Amino acid sequence: MNVALDTLSLLPEVFVLGGAIVALLAGSFLPRNRQVATRWIAIWALMASVVAAAVGMMQPSTTIFEASFAVDIGSGFGRIIIALGTIFVIVLGIEELSGTRRESETYALLLLAALGAMLLSGASDLLILVTGYLLTSIPLYALIGMSRSPHAAEAAMKTYLLGALLGIMMMLGVTVLFGVGGGTSYRQLGPALLGAPAAAVAVGVVAVLGGLMFKAGGVPGHFWIPDATQAAGTAVAAFLTTIPKVGALVAAYRLLDIIPASIDWPLLVGLLAAASMTLGNLAAFWQDDVRRLLGWSTVSQVGYLLLPVAVAGRSDLALPSLLLYLAGYAATNLTAFAVVAALPTRRAITDYRGAASSHPWLAGALVVSLLGLVGTPPTIVFVGKLTTLAAAWDGGLVWLVVIAVINSVASLFYYLRWLAPMFSRTPALSYPTATLSPVAAAARARRRWAAHSAITGAVFVLVLGVVAGGILSIAGSPLVH
Amino acid sequence: MLSLVVFLPVLTAVFLVVVPRVPDRAARWAWLGIALIDLALLVGMWIAFDSPKPGDLAYEEQLQWMPSVGSSYHLGVDGLSLPLLTLTAVIFAACAVYALRENDRPRPQAALFLFLQSACLGVFAAQDLILFFVFFDLSLVGMYFVIAGWGHGNAARSALKFFLYTFLGSLALLLGFIGLYLGADPHTFDMAELAQSPPFQNSPVAGGFVLAAILIGLAIKTPTFPFHTWLPPAHTDAPAIGSAVLAGVLLKMGTYGFVRIAMPLLPDAWRSWAWVIIVVGIVSVLYGALVALAQTDVKRMIAYTSVNHMGYIVLAVGAAGVVSDSSAQAQELAVTGAVVQMVSHGLITSALFLLAGVLYERRQSYDLNAFGGLAAPAPRYAAFFAVAAFASLGLPGFSGFIAEFQIFAGSIGTVPLSLLALPGILITAALFLLASQRLLTGKPRGLSTGFSDLNTNETLSIGSLLVLSVVIGVFPRFLLDIIEPAASVVVNLVSR
Repeated sequence: MNVALDTLSLLPEVFVLGGAIVALLAGSFLPRNRQVATRWIAIWALMASVVAAAVGMMQPSTTIFEASFAVDIGSGFGRIIIALGTIFVIVLGIEELSGTRRESETYALLLLAALGAMLLSGASDLLILVTGYLLTSIPLYALIGMSRSPHAAEAAMKTYLLGALLGIMMMLGVTVLFGVGGGTSYRQLGPALLGAPAAAVAVGVVAVLGGLMFKAGGVPGHFWIPDATQAAGTAVAAFLTTIPKVGALVAAYRLLDIIPASIDWPLLVGLLAAASMTLGNLAAFWQDDVRRLLGWSTVSQVGYLLLPVAVAGRSDLALPSLLLYLAGYAATNLTAFAVVAALPTRRAITDYRGAASSHPWLAGALVVSLLGLVGTPPTIVFVGKLTTLAAAWDGGLVWLVVIAVINSVASLFYYLRWLAPMFSRTPALSYPTATLSPVAAAARARRRWAAHSAITGAVFVLVLGVVAGGILSIAGSPLVH
Repeated sequence: MLSLVVFLPVLTAVFLVVVPRVPDRAARWAWLGIALIDLALLVGMWIAFDSPKPGDLAYEEQLQWMPSVGSSYHLGVDGLSLPLLTLTAVIFAACAVYALRENDRPRPQAALFLFLQSACLGVFAAQDLILFFVFFDLSLVGMYFVIAGWGHGNAARSALKFFLYTFLGSLALLLGFIGLYLGADPHTFDMAELAQSPPFQNSPVAGGFVLAAILIGLAIKTPTFPFHTWLPPAHTDAPAIGSAVLAGVLLKMGTYGFVRIAMPLLPDAWRSWAWVIIVVGIVSVLYGALVALAQTDVKRMIAYTSVNHMGYIVLAVGAAGVVSDSSAQAQELAVTGAVVQMVSHGLITSALFLLAGVLYERRQSYDLNAFGGLAAPAPRYAAFFAVAAFASLGLPGFSGFIAEFQIFAGSIGTVPLSLLALPGILITAALFLLASQRLLTGKPRGLSTGFSDLNTNETLSIGSLLVLSVVIGVFPRFLLDIIEPAASVVVNLVSR
């Protein structure tokens, strides 16, 4: 093992960690009105991380630190999506976060949580997996509670309790797998678990998956998602419904890839997928708060994202489709949140009535992102859904494909409940500008940075859909253990 | 060239949306201008068209898109798609003329219809299943916004029902496409390659399920009994030009899918299940006609006659799947009739919906009983309505006659049971005569008094559609020469 070379492969993570520390230190010394510097520190650190990750992807796949961390296509995609997504979150939150009391801490915590998600996406050792889990979870508890409202406190508490419970479960699972496999690195576990008692392997896998489902926000670890999405700040909500999922789902894929067929884990993951998408959709049906609606919609999206995980290693399309869908989901979901962030005074669906006439570009961005989440072509999620469905069918889970299709139709209903009133001819906020008090006028205005990021995001969602073929071919190589 | 035809409208739409402060008048004329240019390009392609060899395409274009999943940007034209492409351009141009006096947000309306036109043209030009699906789904999105944005009555609800229902259909279609992809060896979404070596030739069960998914998707879109319930509300609450496009173009995507995808790509399964398709066709014919007979709302009535007319097409393509030693000629006749019926129904029903739209624009009502004696105040309207009604019931001299004659000659030739659908023609005749009588004859009463006649735009747009129907009815050769070679290719493919 060459420590220097291995550390060099971790450069993307090192940049993010460095950025978090520098932002935190600088934040403690800078006066409130100059805290904006920490934002730039965070963005530059993440940019450097993207570049380092892209360079890393051009090297041959390998494992580092005695096979405990994989530097391959999975972690490469994971790092880039996570870093770019976090930059997007910071930009869409510029107006919301700048000048607040805890600006620098927010950036530092976002970076640390992003670092944890990166670790999850590359973990090929159960202990690294646990580390990544804790590193993503703990900053999130703080971030959710940061807005200091009673609801936020409740949401933070809920998240913490659920996270602690499922985290302990996960460690229990790791212990069991260690006990029957005689090691924690996937390279060791793969062959060892073949001969291990199936019941013990099943207990271990279920427990570890439970923890990952908490991070991904899928059934059964989804309870915190809607509360946290509604109560936390918009930027934090965008972050927590997107970034941890990327890490957790790649981690789940990586783990299941080495679990032997002695237990029927495709069925288990398939059931979790079906439960997530169905529950998420049914719960989203009659939500009136747009952020809560988006929260439930992300639960259902995890269901679709679990399709390729359920056929890990059983279809050539499984890994490329998962990575493509993750990239598409991140771009699309963040765009929807950017629209919400750009119109901070509109919180309920009814507030969006007539918004298209005053904010046509934002309305366009919302149409692209919400129809994108449904899977309408030519957006990127369409290609993602197409390939994940094909992968799941190819892997033998036809029943799950049918459930996913029915759920997609159902999801259209609540997205349209939000979209349709926007194009109504009678606006919800229809007082003439002249009579507005300055405060109300300021509240009515859109937030510029958030609006620009929403429009950029929407363009990105469409462009990614057109170049999806290229992404799929890049994502074609297998994972390493 | 073909890409230009497909994308010219949407590029104009983007221009109209992005450039700030385009005056309304300019937007309306830009829409009309582009629609006419597109039509002229297609007419040029029609004149230069030379029926390609079986398995080949004219004006073919292919670019790499997603090589790792066997999907490419593949456009092409043959005798099945060229008439429908031209029909699309004709109907959109007629709508642009009709909407020249529109005052309700003309700029976004023009952009939306141009977008929709690109989506519709794309469906008929696509030679790759994913590309087909992309355009197919975009046409739903466009139509949703047309109904929700410019509809009347309970437009939001009808638009939602339309979108949900047809989206379900499109996803069923997508399932079928994925099945075809996985069944093919090597995996591909390319229609031409799939037609050359069709998947599931020796696995009737899997092939049956894949066909079922595709059939459900297409049947919802067409729509056939029992998947038609979204159609009447969508039509009733849609604006006039929206209805014209919905009936004239969007419904054809379903029936086009039968001859373009289901028959050539799943011949084995198609032949096995042909009897189901025939029965669905006959039921649609009779049910559509009977329910239309009972309507008092003009638009609902026309909507149900669409179910009836689409039923003939389904019957014909079903009958074309019944293969015997001496049936090739009858099968070809049935498929040719089906394609002619698509064109004919597109022209006539669009004209009827535009005429219905005139009623609503003047009097905010579609109620047949609220009008009466329209012939006196509005003679031109009355003449047009009567002509459209006669054309729709299949009178000789109109395109509908050519189509229905071929369909019945072909279907009865292979499946004598098709005789059961004949009363459909009789009921349609009765209902159109009844409607014309209620609406046009007698003394002007109710909402008819003071009804102003068709203005120039309305006359031009509706008139051109009816003239084309007559031209096809009297000189059908120019159309049949294009369709017949392609129909025989389809029959050969389905009979393998």
